[in-house]
This record gives sequence, C-alpha cells and structure tokens, in this order.
Amino acid sequence: MDLPIFHLDWLNDRVLIGVIAVLHVLVNHALAVGGIPLVVWLERRGMQTRDPYWDDLAYRLLRVFFIVTTTVGALTGVGIWLSAALVNPYAIGSLLRVFFWAWLTEWVVFVTEVSLILAYFLTWKRWTGERKRRHLRLGVGLAVASWLTMAIIVSILGFMMDPGSWAERRTLLSGFANPMYLPQLALRTPLAMLMAGAAALVVVAVTEPRGSERRAAAIGSVSRWLLAWLAPCVGGASLYIRAVPREMRGNLPTALLTQELARWAEGASWALAATACFVAAIAAWGALAPARVRGWALVFPAVALVVMVGMFERVREFVRKPYAIAGYMYSNGVRVEDYPLLRRDGVLAHATYRTARGPSARPDVEEGREVFLVACSRCHTSDGVNGLRGHMVRLYGADQPWDPDLVATYVGSMHAARPYMPPFPGNDAELRSLAAWLATLRLEPAPVDGAQIAGVRLAASATPPTLLASP
Amino acid sequence: MFIAPPPVPRDIPLPLPADPTVLEIANVAVFVAHILFVNLLVGGALLTLAFQIRGLRDPRYDALARTIAATTTVNKSLAVVLGVAPLLVVSVLYTMHFYTANALTGTAWILLVPTIAIVFLLLYAHHYTWDRLATRRRLHIGILAAAVALLLFVPLVFVANVNLMTFPERWTEVHGFWSAVTLPNVLPRYLHFLTASVVATSLAGVGYLGRRPLAEAKLGAAEVRKIFYNVALVASLAQFLVGPLVLFTAPSRPLHVSVLGVIVLGVVLAMPAVVLLWREAARPAPRLSPLPWIAILLGATVVCMASGRHMYRGVALAAHRERVRVATEQWADDSRQAAYDLELARARSAAGTSPGEVAFRTNCAGCHAVDRKLVGPSLREIAGIYAGKPDGIVVWARAPGKKRPDAPQMPPFASVGDATLAAIADYMLATGGVEKR
Repeated sequence: MDLPIFHLDWLNDRVLIGVIAVLHVLVNHALAVGGIPLVVWLERRGMQTRDPYWDDLAYRLLRVFFIVTTTVGALTGVGIWLSAALVNPYAIGSLLRVFFWAWLTEWVVFVTEVSLILAYFLTWKRWTGERKRRHLRLGVGLAVASWLTMAIIVSILGFMMDPGSWAERRTLLSGFANPMYLPQLALRTPLAMLMAGAAALVVVAVTEPRGSERRAAAIGSVSRWLLAWLAPCVGGASLYIRAVPREMRGNLPTALLTQELARWAEGASWALAATACFVAAIAAWGALAPARVRGWALVFPAVALVVMVGMFERVREFVRKPYAIAGYMYSNGVRVEDYPLLRRDGVLAHATYRTARGPSARPDVEEGREVFLVACSRCHTSDGVNGLRGHMVRLYGADQPWDPDLVATYVGSMHAARPYMPPFPGNDAELRSLAAWLATLRLEPAPVDGAQIAGVRLAASATPPTLLASP
Repeated sequence: MFIAPPPVPRDIPLPLPADPTVLEIANVAVFVAHILFVNLLVGGALLTLAFQIRGLRDPRYDALARTIAATTTVNKSLAVVLGVAPLLVVSVLYTMHFYTANALTGTAWILLVPTIAIVFLLLYAHHYTWDRLATRRRLHIGILAAAVALLLFVPLVFVANVNLMTFPERWTEVHGFWSAVTLPNVLPRYLHFLTASVVATSLAGVGYLGRRPLAEAKLGAAEVRKIFYNVALVASLAQFLVGPLVLFTAPSRPLHVSVLGVIVLGVVLAMPAVVLLWREAARPAPRLSPLPWIAILLGATVVCMASGRHMYRGVALAAHRERVRVATEQWADDSRQAAYDLELARARSAAGTSPGEVAFRTNCAGCHAVDRKLVGPSLREIAGIYAGKPDGIVVWARAPGKKRPDAPQMPPFASVGDATLAAIADYMLATGGVEKR
C-alpha cells in the first residue's frame, strides 16, 4: 500500500495522534464510562433520601459532563479516525478490514449512547414525580451503553498488542478474542470509575461554597465512591501487566520515560505506586473527615490520574513496538512478510509517489530524504520531537563530520540493539542515501515537508510504460 | 488540456469485510441519515443568525431564532455520531482514494477536529447566554457569527476531499488544501449543499414549529409557517440555479447515462415539490397539510442525488480501481517470490560461516568494527580487555553500564540469550586478538 505521505516535521506525527487520543480517553473514561454511573448513583441517592440536594448535585455534574463529552469528547473520538488516516493509514486501514463489523456494531452502540445521553440530560427537569423512576432507568441504560462502547474498542487495542490466533485464522472472532482483551477491560473499567470520582471532586471543589455542610456531604460521598473502586483497579492493573507479552516487557523501561532516562524506570514505577497510594489516602481522608479536606487535596487525584492515564496510554502504545500490529505489520507501516521484497529492490522502487520538489545538486541526499519519509517519518522528525538529528548528536557528537559509512552500518543493524526499532526496510543503496542525507543534518538541517504541504509527483518507476514510450 | 496519467498505488492486501455492493448500498443509506442532520445543523445555525440579526429591529424574530437554536443541541450530536458510519464505510470501500485525498489536504483535514469542537462550544455558549446577554445583543450575535463562520469551513473540507478522491489524475496537481478547493466542481457542490441545508431546515421549521402559535414570539402558527415556507421557496429556487452549475462543472467522463438518469429523476421529483411550496408561500395563511407531500418528494430527490453522486464516483473510479487491484495482486506475488528467494540464498550463504560471526553481524556490527571505533570500542580493544575471559563479555552484554565518556551507554542484549552471546564472545576474541598473538 502506498500513499502520499502526510508528515509534521516539527511536532511529530505520533504526538498529533497521542494528544488527540489521550484527550479522548480522559474525557470518555472520566466523564462517560465512569461519569454516568456516578451521576446515576447520586440520582438514586436523591430518590432514596428524598433530599433534593443529591438530585441537584447529580444534575450539575451531568451538565458539565454533557457539555464536555458532546464537544471535546465526541470530536476527539472522530479525531482519532481522522488523524490515524493521516499518520498511519496502513495500520488503521488493515484494522478496519479485520474489525469492520465490530466497528459497525460499536457505531450502533455509539448512536444509542448519544441518543440516551441527549434524552437523559434534556428530560432531567421534565421527568419528575411519577416519571422519576423511568428517568433513572434511562440513566442505567446510558451507563451500560457507555461501557459497551469502551468494551468493543478495547478489544481492538488488545489486538494491536497481541493478535493471538488471528495470525493463522484471520477471522473477526479470532481477532476479537485476543489474549490482551479481558485483562485490559478489567483494568479500564474500575479506572474509569476512579477518574469519574476525581473529576467530580474537582467540580465539587469549584462549585460548592467552602465550609458548607453540602460541600462536606458531597466530598464524603464521592470519596467513598473512590475507595470502593480502588481495590478492583489494583487487581485489574496486576492482571493487565501479567498479560503483556514477554517480548514486549523489555520495552517497558524506555516506554515509561525516554531512551536517555531508561535507567530511572524503576524509580518512576515507585513514584507511580506512591502517587496511587497518596490518592488512596486522600480518598480515605475525604471519607472519614470530609469537612476538613483541603482544596488542593480535592484537585490532586484528578491531576495524578491525568498523568497516570497519559503514561499508561504511552506505555501501551510504546511496548507494542517495533510493531503496529504485533507480528504482522511494523510501526513504519510495512508488513513483515514484505521485507524480503523491499530489502531486495528498495522501498523507493515500489513507491508510487515522491514528494514534489525541484531538482537537487545531490541526488543521493535527495533520495535519502525520500527514504526517510517512507521508512522513518511515522515516528521520527528530521530535527523536531524525536528528531533524527538529536539522536545522531547523541551517538556521534556535533563537532566532527558524521561518516556516512558508519551511519549506514549503524542504521542497518540498529534493530538488534534497540528492540523497539523495526529493521530498516530498504536495500543497501538506499541505506547509503539515507546515511548521506542524515550526515547533512549536522550543519544543514532543513525541514522535510509532508504531502499536505509539498504535494506529490509520480515516481519515474511508477509511470505507466505506455507513456514512457512516447517522447 | 494535458491531464497527467493517474497514479496506480497498491491497496491493502486484505479482503473486504463484505460484498462491495452491500457496502455501497449501506453507504448511501447511512450517508443520507448523516447529511440530513448536518443540513439541519448548518441550516439551523444560518437561520438563527439571520433571524437574530433581523430581531434587532423586530423582537419577534429574536424569539423565533431562539426556538431554532434550541434544536441545535440534538442536531449537532446526531450529525457527528451518524457521520462515523459513512466515514467507516468509505474508508473500507475506497481506502486508497479516500486516504490519498485526506493526506493531500492533511492540514485542513486535521483542523476539522478543533474547529468543530470550538463551533459546538460556541453554540452552547450562545444558547446558554441568551438571557444573560439580553442587554448586549451585538456581543451575543457576535458569538453566533463566529460559530457560523467556523462552521462554514467544515463542509468545504469534506466536499474538497470527496471531490479529490474521485479524480486520481488530479492528485499530482494538488499542493495543499486550497489548491484542492480550486478544482472544478468543488465550489458549486459546496453552494449546492448550503442551499439544500436551508431548504431542509425551513421545511423542518414548518413541521416542527408551525404546528401551534409561538407565544414567546407573539406569532400565530400560520405566520410561522409563512416565514419558513418563504425561506424554503427562495432556497429551492436557488437550487435550480446552483444544481445545473454542479452538473456542468463536473468532469464529464463519469456522467454515464445511468448516472444522468438518476439525477434527472431527482430534478423531476423536485419540480412538483417546488410548485406546492410556491402555492403555500403565496397564501396569506399557508397550511400544514401539503408538507408531507413536499417532504416525501424532496426526500426522494435527496436519495436520487445521493445515489447519483455515488454512482458518479463508481463510474469515475471503476477502471482505476481495477488497475489498483491488479497492481496489488502483482505486489503480493512479487513479495512471496522474494521471500522464497531470500530463504534459499540464506541457506546457501550460511554454509561456511561460524554461528558467532552470523550473530555478531546482526547484533553488534552496527557499533563495533574490528580495528576502529564506530559508536563503541573496536574488537581489538575488546579482545585486549577480555583476553581469555569470554564470560566477561557475556556478563557485560546482558546488562551493560556506562563506562566511557565518549560513547553512549550500550543497550542490554539479554534477549539474545547466553548461548548466542557466548558464541559472539568467542568470535570477538578470535577476530580481535589475531594481531596481538
């Protein structure tokens, strides 16, 4: 498969997907999957205690959740599609062919969820008295639909880490029931409940007057909610970590931090554990002495969970490297089984497009830049985030010219030393061109525009033979 | 004019999840549902803005604008969620064509995400501050005007994409989103969509708001109907000007007889609807009763136009898709052959080389050479340090530390396995130590 190559040479394509996806997970988990059950729980509390405060608090929480989920939440959800189509069309296109019916089912559940949240929110003030019980049932249905949308998509995330028996069977069901599925669901469900509680604490901290009895009551309830979900979350996390395939565990230290900081990984794990314990302590504090909980302590769990979920998603994305779909497609979008062909002929021989650019004084450097776009640009920039220039400086220093031969040898075998790197997909001539281009980055780093700016031209090798024959 | 030969890329070598005809029909169905709510969203925003501006002089229109704005909450959410299915189906059915158009207009394509989110937040802000900003009407209208201005950008991006995906021969001409907008047919299609949005919204206005008097606006039911029928009539007449423009600017090759037939049928169905509209708009007190007929006729027109558009794309891309299919099969064959050749060559060349050397080449040669420093020390130096102690190399390679100021820390090679590491160590000492001995 070959397409014009969209590329952000400063921001990095992965950052684009990462920002959109993490924002979506935060909104979806905290305010929908976890948020709706919390609102329904408070609404039910209002019905049982006949204290109108609980109903009012539930409604105010829902209003915040509703506005954020139907704007930022919905659009970042679609945004994952739009950005994946730009950044890794090969992977998302393949996943679509395998999971089409799962995604279509997801869409039906998704339409149901949106219809139900519209109904649940817009009828809150109208369905009172006799109809209140029916309104609560609407909320329960909505909570189930929200959870189902997550339950389906998590299977696809699991598939990308370990396709299980799909590799032989290639059917939807064998892909859906992959080994990572249930452990990940067991972690995400209670995690979403915790995130909802943390978000609710922030809303309470902002909207309820300090020192009021109402504030203390709200803090007490939400803290008990948090405490109830802590143990299932820890259990889910341990199930999940145990399910990560063995060969991926080696990537964990780099995934947690960065390559340079990998040796601090153990420290980072302890810091995460300590933060989790601290959140638990705040929840206990809120449950036992809600009137005395400080403002900062109400905001801390939300901040901590945002950081932790961000890291969790980064680790999940990182540990599956060097693959986009484990064992089937590398993160550069090349299928494992196509490597022999590309290694023999070169990636450019089989690429339909080149970036549209003027003639160059150094054809090898020009070719090297095209090889970079095909083979490296899904994860690297030339001199931006995760830039190759920076990696070169760390390897060879900045004060001496970089020897293209050394660079070519290094790039050709780097996947052995860095298990998260896919092997170089091109042939030896392309390796030399790439090295020649990399060597120019030391003194002349020039941004590499993607197809969305420069456009494309037809590669000479891709021009139909009938047209070559004419003068 | 010279038209460049179309690129023929290869497709994803996995089978489609269903019969293409089923997917095509599903696509038209979900697309019509999606576009209906998009029409109501865009038309609703435009009418709200127009009525609210008029409301500065005539307060009745301000109240009317408010009732339209209240429908936005539902319309916008359904427009987005119903749009996911057509996105899914088009991505599967026209993977190469759609993704190519996305990449070539990538900046605008990804800006859709923040743009639509901001539009929706502005629409909420506008809706929920109607009373609070009662004394600052211009500011309040300004919020809506900003939302509408951003909102109008969104369909332009989609129209530019679905147009670009249909014409592979244009792909090499496009340099960024705006050059895709200037391709023939884009702006007429965009205008066609905008007028259709106003027609759909005003007919919905007749049916939804024209049933009973609007007390807060001090408007009788017939008065409300008259306002909406008038708008619908004007916008429908505009459609009869824009429609032919769409047809005449469309590249003619895909205008197969069957495609034209469906489009003409759509126009024929629309004509009696416009006559009915005209008659109601001309009455002093327009009735509700002809609305179902108008809606059925225009609904059928929409289905015809959506099908025609889809068939047009099918005809335009039929030959190209066949070429893509052939290229993809060729690629799969070449790939299998190359894998087989490689297997054979490997078996031949492995004869005569020690396993330690093979493992060294794949794992270590990127950073270590025999007699010069690459990234890490040379084999001569290593052999000097570990002479007679190959186990030392194995222990080190499992979990290396940081020793040299002039080299980065070596990554761990525990995953290679002790047996292979030992073979590598033997090879290193044998090769690096040759000269010393």
